[in-house]
Amino acid sequence: MNLELFIPELSLGIFALAVILLDLFIKRKGYLVVVSIIGLVVSAAFTIAMWGGSSQLIFNNMLAVDGFALFFKLLFLGIAALVILSSVDYVSRFSRFQGEYYALVLLSTLGMMLMAAATELISLYVALELASISLYILVGFLKDSRSTEASLKYLLLGAVASAVLLYGMALIFGVSGKTQLLEIAQTVQTLSLEGVLSSPALILGIVLLVAGFGFKMAAVPFHMWVPDVYEGAPTPITAYLSVASKAAGFAIILRVFFSSFGLPEWLSLNWGLVIAVLSAIGMTWGNVAAIPQVNIKRMLGYSSIAQAGYLMVGLAVVGFSPAGNILGQSTVLFFLACYALTNMGAFIAIIAISDKIRSDQISDYAGMGKRSPIVSLGLTLCLISLIGMPPAAGFMAKFYIFSAAVQHDLLWLVVIAVINSAISAYYYLRVVKVMWLNKPASEEKVPSSGTLRVALAISCSGVLLLGIIPGYIMRLAELAARMFT
Amino acid sequence: MEFSYLSTIIFLPAVGAIIIAFVPNLTQRLIRYLAALFTLVPLALSIFLFLVFDRSMGLAGAVQFEEKLAWIGAINANYHLGVDGLSLPLVILMALLGFLVVLISWKIDLRLREYFAWLLLLETSILGVFCALDLLLFFLFWEIEIIPMFFLISIWGSGRKEYSAMKYVVYTLLGSAMMLAGILSLYFTTGSLSMVDIAQAGIGSYTAVIPLAAIFFLLFTGFAVKLPVFPLHNWLPDAHTDAPTAVSVVLAGALLKMGGYGMIRLCVTIFPDIARTYAPLLVALAVVSVLYGAAVTLRQKDIKRMIAYSSISHMGYVLLGIFALSQVSLVGASLQMFSHGFITGLLFAMAGLVIHNTGERDLAKFGGLVRQMPVIAVVFSVAGLAALGLPTTSGFAAEFLVFVGSFSSTAVAGIQVYTILAVLGIVITVGYILWMLQRVFYGPALEKFNGTRDADTLEKVTIFTFVAVIMLVGIYPAILTDIIKTGIVPVMSLLGG
Repeated sequence: MNLELFIPELSLGIFALAVILLDLFIKRKGYLVVVSIIGLVVSAAFTIAMWGGSSQLIFNNMLAVDGFALFFKLLFLGIAALVILSSVDYVSRFSRFQGEYYALVLLSTLGMMLMAAATELISLYVALELASISLYILVGFLKDSRSTEASLKYLLLGAVASAVLLYGMALIFGVSGKTQLLEIAQTVQTLSLEGVLSSPALILGIVLLVAGFGFKMAAVPFHMWVPDVYEGAPTPITAYLSVASKAAGFAIILRVFFSSFGLPEWLSLNWGLVIAVLSAIGMTWGNVAAIPQVNIKRMLGYSSIAQAGYLMVGLAVVGFSPAGNILGQSTVLFFLACYALTNMGAFIAIIAISDKIRSDQISDYAGMGKRSPIVSLGLTLCLISLIGMPPAAGFMAKFYIFSAAVQHDLLWLVVIAVINSAISAYYYLRVVKVMWLNKPASEEKVPSSGTLRVALAISCSGVLLLGIIPGYIMRLAELAARMFT
Repeated sequence: MEFSYLSTIIFLPAVGAIIIAFVPNLTQRLIRYLAALFTLVPLALSIFLFLVFDRSMGLAGAVQFEEKLAWIGAINANYHLGVDGLSLPLVILMALLGFLVVLISWKIDLRLREYFAWLLLLETSILGVFCALDLLLFFLFWEIEIIPMFFLISIWGSGRKEYSAMKYVVYTLLGSAMMLAGILSLYFTTGSLSMVDIAQAGIGSYTAVIPLAAIFFLLFTGFAVKLPVFPLHNWLPDAHTDAPTAVSVVLAGALLKMGGYGMIRLCVTIFPDIARTYAPLLVALAVVSVLYGAAVTLRQKDIKRMIAYSSISHMGYVLLGIFALSQVSLVGASLQMFSHGFITGLLFAMAGLVIHNTGERDLAKFGGLVRQMPVIAVVFSVAGLAALGLPTTSGFAAEFLVFVGSFSSTAVAGIQVYTILAVLGIVITVGYILWMLQRVFYGPALEKFNGTRDADTLEKVTIFTFVAVIMLVGIYPAILTDIIKTGIVPVMSLLGG
């Protein structure tokens, strides 16, 4: 039993509980933030220390400690840190439950870390529930009617998605008799197309898995919850959902599909095609539906559906590439890193602005370039990155993922995707236009707190860095994809 | 280590943009001088490069002042810059225009800081496009240009400026989306992002997985939006009409040339066989652009819109010259890009002056302005005559080369007919230019324009510089054609002609 390989998760869990306990005893709630951040940093330090070691399986082969999992763990920890920094203003207004808020963020991060590491269906499911249940509560944290409605919707649909997922897992178990991903692969490899067509349990199982994971990824057609939940949830949690939760969805679908259904080739080609079609529909629908939105959180909700579509291009590449080719995985990892920084940056800027002007309406952002120039500049950069224009990270991310797709006969999908990027410019730039061109409603400055500025500065410099010299992170993503059990 | 001339030329304006945007407490006066400084130095450097550029034919096709650094290992992309006979004139064009538009913008005082920051950033991106030899770098610079243009048109423009700015962005992005798909396919086919390597190895030496013609047209579409080629020209009149004067000058002067440059650099150089196969189609498209553009120009009532449409027609000559695929026509097309940059740049500058000084932009409401603003009238007339290709102006030299080169080309069957049709465009050009000059400057003097200002000293310096360049290239075109030829000869050897 290699407990030392479990230290990142263990330490994070301990810190989460410590935050709850500490909340009972201290008056100055600011320390909770400090403790949470320390918890994340400690966990990240342990994770980094494991980097470069050989891939191992722990707990009876239920969890993997490989480059892939470590990459995602670092990603989740980083996102969580940004979320906590951007929550400080928000949470300090709560009269109660401040400790619970931070602890729940940490716990759902823990759940996502386990999701990225899980190599077995049941532990995967448990990890997913840990992440989800924490999120259900966080979405409803404001306890006003919007937030409650969002939480209820998320809970109900999430429960359905979990049930669907579980059913899918049961079917897969029925076909293979195993819950270990690699052992499932051994059975699936031997199946022939005719055999599967005559008893389609495997196909049904895979379809249900796609649906269950699709809910997490916010991919069309499992995206119905997105706009309402994004709008109602506390904005830092919206950011968290749109970035970390989505990344976790991609982490598990990558691992499960690559490990278990990577062979035989006819199977991976087929699910690859399904993903490619879903991707095309997803990005088109996300972009088209984002155009008429007047609420910026809803708009970014649809935008995140579209972004899931671009990410699924990389997923489709995984299906289309021959076994052992990791280009698809590494492009998805790189895209996720870029997307996480970009979307976090955008949401942090929105928190900074919306929290002060008490409105999420795009029209109320009029003249924000004058009232809050630095934050507006940051938001502009992130929106440009979401369009996929240089010199921001989004450009490199798209270039990398699309280049992988062209290499695997998906030129048609790339053409759809690049046209979609052009369409998306319309609604992203509309926000830019409103901020810099329209007359402000008042001349009053919109100040932002120090922690928000720090968080915004981190995201934006990350966005620029990945947009101009992405080489290092690309290599990291490639290494992570290579060390895959 | 050698001094990195090109990086300095490209990034100095961007450095200036950052200083202007972020250093607090700059006075308006200082901002203007900073902008002038950060465009003057690149101009001086680019003229220096022009002087020391090795023109010997032995070096034809060799890239000079090369800089190469590993950039992104994972996709084999390099930070690779260099100029040859094809790109150097365009670098000089942009550097000179970059400095002149700062002077043209001297009187702007709305949100000055942002204005000059965006203008300088625009210059960096255009210079980058002309110098980049790596496909990813090329595309990166190509895309960066969009955001400054969006802001420049939508904040400092006039009329339906926001609509025009958005239209510009969407058209350009759709074009560059196609181009991106093309670049990715090219990258996949060849495994390289280096324009030089791909052109040297020859696309035929790679196994084509994606039909080469498809890649060719993906790239061509991206460039055709920019040039613009009928029927993808729709953004241009709006963007030009509503953009502030300086931006119209850059847009007509340098931005459109990115399209023509890309066609020669990528479409023709990398796909010589495909270019030859489809040349008749593209030449026909060129003729349509020429005639359609000219005909529509005749009908325009707004002075800026008129000049904008004339650009479509003049860029048609560039397309004709490129796909006539003879050495003379390609040299002509390149010279036409340079020459049009100054002629139409000057036309827009003059139109801007007239509009600014009279407060009027409807052609029907002008008249007799020659009495109130003699200097403007003379320079405007010179620009107009250059646009219709009067000898001793650069317009004549360039168009003459295009027509001679096309007419004698052996690459396209029936090219003579197309050339003659395109020459007819000149006749229409004469018509609209003279008609415009007559309506604006001649006829009885109008009372309402009494007391209208003529050009002041700074404006005179600016516009006389334009005139000087136009005349210099018109009287002694070899000053440029010698250089351009070193860029075109290797292209011709690829074409096997």
